[in-house]
Amino acid sequence: MGTPPPTFAYAAAALYAASLACYVRKLFAEGKWAGRAASLLLIAALVTHYFALLQRAFSIHSVPYQDIYGSTSLLAWFLALTYLSLEFFHRERAMGAFALPLVLLLLGLDLIVTPHTAPRAPARGSIFALHVTTNILAYSAFTISFVFSVIYLVQDRLIRKRRPGAMLWRLPPMEDLERMTRNGVRVGLIAMIFGIGMGMVVDQRLTGQFLSLDPKVLISFLMLACYSAYLWVARSPAWRGARASLLCAASYFVVVFSYTVVNLYLSGFHRFY
Amino acid sequence: MSVYLLGVNHRTAGVHLRERLHFSQQDALHAAGELRGQGLMMEALVLSTCNRSEIYGVVMGNEESEAGVERYVCSFHGVEPAHLNGCLYRRRGREAVTHLFRVAAGLDSMMLGEAEILGQVRESYLAAQREGLTGPVLNRLFQASLEVGKRVRTETRLGAQAMSVPAAAMKLAEQIFGDLKNNSAAVLGAGAMGAKAARHLRNRGIGRLWVANRTPERARQLAEETGGHPAPWEEVPDLLAKADIVVTSVGGSDWTLTRESLAAAMHTRGNRQIFLIDLGVPRNIDPGIAEIYNVFLYGVDDLREIVDQNRQARENEVPGAEAIIAEHVEKFAAWQSGSEAGATLAELRQKLRLERDLFAGNRREELEQFPAAERERILALMDGLMEHLLREPSERLMKNPEARERAIFLRELFGLDGPRIRRPGTRQGRDE
Repeated sequence: MGTPPPTFAYAAAALYAASLACYVRKLFAEGKWAGRAASLLLIAALVTHYFALLQRAFSIHSVPYQDIYGSTSLLAWFLALTYLSLEFFHRERAMGAFALPLVLLLLGLDLIVTPHTAPRAPARGSIFALHVTTNILAYSAFTISFVFSVIYLVQDRLIRKRRPGAMLWRLPPMEDLERMTRNGVRVGLIAMIFGIGMGMVVDQRLTGQFLSLDPKVLISFLMLACYSAYLWVARSPAWRGARASLLCAASYFVVVFSYTVVNLYLSGFHRFY
Repeated sequence: MSVYLLGVNHRTAGVHLRERLHFSQQDALHAAGELRGQGLMMEALVLSTCNRSEIYGVVMGNEESEAGVERYVCSFHGVEPAHLNGCLYRRRGREAVTHLFRVAAGLDSMMLGEAEILGQVRESYLAAQREGLTGPVLNRLFQASLEVGKRVRTETRLGAQAMSVPAAAMKLAEQIFGDLKNNSAAVLGAGAMGAKAARHLRNRGIGRLWVANRTPERARQLAEETGGHPAPWEEVPDLLAKADIVVTSVGGSDWTLTRESLAAAMHTRGNRQIFLIDLGVPRNIDPGIAEIYNVFLYGVDDLREIVDQNRQARENEVPGAEAIIAEHVEKFAAWQSGSEAGATLAELRQKLRLERDLFAGNRREELEQFPAAERERILALMDGLMEHLLREPSERLMKNPEARERAIFLRELFGLDGPRIRRPGTRQGRDE
């Protein structure tokens, strides 16, 4: 079945790009307008992107997670949404300049390499849709945490080496970054536990058992273990700080591996169509 | 009628001359009042700080009144005019406006971008305004200068970077811990540097502050001054276990903090991050401490390097600040131009009304042939005709970007600055 021209997706990409430009301006220059404009443009981009996802969903009669392209677009949307939520919660706009390039990259990937025909996957019901969607939300939260922890590590290195440079003063304080990372991971863990729970229900309906030993399932539990360990060490005196951030950043490679290699080549029933 | 400035500052005069020409707050108000009273300025304001003494005023634009202001300053301070040669600067119109905006923005300060001057400009203005020494022009000018100062501070990073060693240390502390109100600090050594650091910590809202010194009395004094808690020198190991920021500024050649003592403290504090600021010369903290996990150590040289970088960064912000100033200078010029054109039109209307009264007065006999109601109607029609004739030219003048120049031409054309017309009933009708 032919997909409609992704007008909304292109518009969303343009709005994300404009928002990114404002975030970068906010990072390098003083003044409130750039920050406010960045957030407003991001909200507009999210709404437009939502319509792009809706358009795609109507054409394939399902939430667009069946192939890597739709799933990438959905991940980009959740990434932007998670970032915006953390921005409002922590009242900190400096990180937009680092989070939005990832959103644009994912959406751009979808726009550039997406095939003209979208695969028609069998409908599996709303619980299945919830299972996949919440897991993608978890991936987006882990992605944001990865960005925050990398910036924490860069700051830690700059301060430790006594070479702060002009850039350091434009970033959020390390304590705030640590808190933002922890909150991102918390959101990811909650979403993933919920997503896995939904997956068990689907599995039970399809195969009669709650847990299949699929590589995707195993790596999801590994992700849970890694990020739970991070949350624990981030509060432990001996590990908090750079070591905990390093663990958070390293855990993200498990997420990337799960989303790409496992989904494309290793998994049986978690494979993209 | 234009803005005039006469002043000296840290660039044009040495500290001795600046001290002689300094105006106390009372003197500043008194001098401004006298300048107005003597008719040398229509509005006047004296801005005097440790780095500058400047007189701002509105003058009619003749050199006589400007020379009069200079003579007044010399006599006020008892200074020979010859002593001021080359030290005084004079600015008129747009140049004077630009100068004040640069002062308020901190561009003319000894330490580029310092924020204190904006408060001093505000205080001087409010005091002069309360005394009724300012008028529409200086009110507008000084309000605009306050806006410029605020914009420069919020829209550029001119005042953002720390320009002293303790201030740079505090900025770093905030970069590590965020808001310092949830953190604690210990100042070891209550000498000059320690006292500065303690004041900075207090100003940044540090949650809890301890001061320890080998002489307990000095620790107590500094703690009292900064709202901290004095601590005996023997309790330094305990302070290391409690405080998130430790500032040392202690005399002597031995390490005040050794690697072993800090390692023990880190164990007690559960490896929580600690920021050590060594302001001592020679150094007080063993540099090997920096290798311990979650310890950030900065010395005077490291902080001085940051201050140097900041100075450069501030200089890079100057073009941005100049752009804001240029924008406000244009705005003020436009306002002044429009305001002067408006005032000229009001004067022109007044003059035409007086001319009408004069005309009617000279033709009283002819007019008295009409009944009173008809006479009133004729005068009202004359007023209507006058308004009708003035309406379009007035609108064109107010919209014209060169309104100020046109207004000057209008004043010359209708002799608005010439002898005043007397109301009818006087013998000659005009002033001699």
